[in-house]
Amino acid sequence: MTREKASTGDTAVPARTARPSWWRMLARDRAAAVGAVVLTVVALVALFGRLFIGDRAQRQDLAASLRPPSLGDGVYGLLGTDVLGRSMVARLIEASATTLSVAVPAVLSSLVIGSALGLWAGYHRGRRESVTLRIADVILSFPSLLIAVVVLYVFSPSALNLVLILAVTRIPVYLRTARAEAAELRSRLFVDAARTFGTAGRMIIYRHILPIALPTLLTVATLDFCFVMLTESSLSFLGIGIQPPDVSWGLMVAQGRQYLQTAWWITVLPGLAIVLTTVSATVLAAWARLATDPAQRWRLTLPKKRRTASAPVPPEMIP
Amino acid sequence: MIPFLRKRILSSAVPLVCVVLGVFFLARMTGNPVDLYLPLSATSEQRAEFSAAQGFDLSIPAQLWNYLADAVQFDFGTSLRTGQSAASMAIEAFPVTLQLAGVTMLLAITGALVVGSLAAYRPNSLIDRIASLLSMTAASIPDFWFAIMGVLVFGVSLGLLPTSGTIGGPEIWILPIATLLIRPFGVLVQVVRGSMVTALSAPYVKVARSKGATPRRVIFGHALRNAVTPVLTVAGDLAVGLVNGAVIVETIFGWPGIGKLMIDSILQRDFAVLQAAVLLTAVTIFALNILVDVCHALTDPRVRQAVPA
Repeated sequence: MTREKASTGDTAVPARTARPSWWRMLARDRAAAVGAVVLTVVALVALFGRLFIGDRAQRQDLAASLRPPSLGDGVYGLLGTDVLGRSMVARLIEASATTLSVAVPAVLSSLVIGSALGLWAGYHRGRRESVTLRIADVILSFPSLLIAVVVLYVFSPSALNLVLILAVTRIPVYLRTARAEAAELRSRLFVDAARTFGTAGRMIIYRHILPIALPTLLTVATLDFCFVMLTESSLSFLGIGIQPPDVSWGLMVAQGRQYLQTAWWITVLPGLAIVLTTVSATVLAAWARLATDPAQRWRLTLPKKRRTASAPVPPEMIP
Repeated sequence: MIPFLRKRILSSAVPLVCVVLGVFFLARMTGNPVDLYLPLSATSEQRAEFSAAQGFDLSIPAQLWNYLADAVQFDFGTSLRTGQSAASMAIEAFPVTLQLAGVTMLLAITGALVVGSLAAYRPNSLIDRIASLLSMTAASIPDFWFAIMGVLVFGVSLGLLPTSGTIGGPEIWILPIATLLIRPFGVLVQVVRGSMVTALSAPYVKVARSKGATPRRVIFGHALRNAVTPVLTVAGDLAVGLVNGAVIVETIFGWPGIGKLMIDSILQRDFAVLQAAVLLTAVTIFALNILVDVCHALTDPRVRQAVPA
């Protein structure tokens, strides 16, 4: 019923039960809107930035070494230059593409594989659950940076190896979340009802469990995007991630570290780029959690003032 | 409780065995382990001699047997850098990391319980917004960058704190602990807040309130008790993840802990030490997981029953 009304809700006056449009809910939460804009800009820059900068990210100009940020040197001198006189603007753009091309595939593959395995294990319980959980434990019992460190010691550090390692080390996160959700949901009445009607386990997971678990999983994925980005940066910073002449934000911080006292911008700016992206993703995750949860969604449809007044915890409970 | 514990220990030992085997096979997968242990400049005579001395000329099952026998005695040979026993190097470095991690987790859990509960009392209030924003920012800052910014501001510009090293008074702890703290603290505040909001809107809280329980009793007697289970699980995972932070913090601040030992042995290709450090960490994490399981079972009776002996 809800779905039918939502589809006509855009033209007619929205019915009470209709889902408000995503745009409207996003506009209500200013922080999330800013986060969405920032992420869009970062994604666009990463996708199309290389077309504009040409080879400026690698072009050396020793005469222009370590220039501080200034307005006088055109667009590419706006944020200063590094020790080899390479434009910081161009390098930041180039690095955004590298960083995202590692983080996005890693997050997507671990989300899909981890959730599918977790829901399946949690729904069926028994041997399947314990085996899957043991595998997850094996991976989790090894800090992600350590797995990466040992594997990259033996194999060469490349973008593909980074994606594989990050994806494998993050699968348990989704697996555990999805399993917990499925294990709890499988004993609910509507699942019992579906089972009584003879629905196949696969369809129950897809139709009845996945829709409820999905908001949580997507929130976890958005948060995990930060984690993956930070791990990639850390590895690149430690010298076992992205290798020069390629450039990522973490590697730029490492390269600027020895000039910390004389040229702060080489270290500070790429770090700021990381923080800006990850904070935006985190804020957006918090919003997505509300917006995708039918029980919480109403909060985003109210103006801010009324939202506070209608908080679910009654005022008399506050000590 | 005892059968539950026995079951958990047995099943948690599986990952440990996997890690032990994984390290062995990873070292052999690349081909000749001699290449892994010896520097590139080693001559072929040196290689043959080393290979015979270390037993690399034996068959794979025989090598695995030797390796396991050594691993049980925690004997991983000697370091190529220092000539010391690899195991003793790892054990010497270990307390430094343990101290850092212990203090960090203690501060993170207590801090998060206080701030998270305060924020959950009144969703969307000012303190909630500040807590959410702070914890979000904290969970999104790269720790290596945070550490470098700390050094830049407090070490280089203001000259208040030492830039690195372990010699000195309590001020040497401030930057390393602060760097390690940001991530667990930020994540835990969000988890505490989230599970407290859920717990406070649960039916049993309504029942407790309608029976006339005081707000204090509702929150601490009913809500927090139920909200603490996910917090424990996440805290366990975060403690495991602290090894990541320890690698970064010890590298930047020059602390002689297990993280720095690992990175140094990787950069100088000292596989014996890397092996000892990795396995020691794996054993510690094994113990930690058991501890979390025990706490889990103590706070939630359903967990105890869910795993029949």
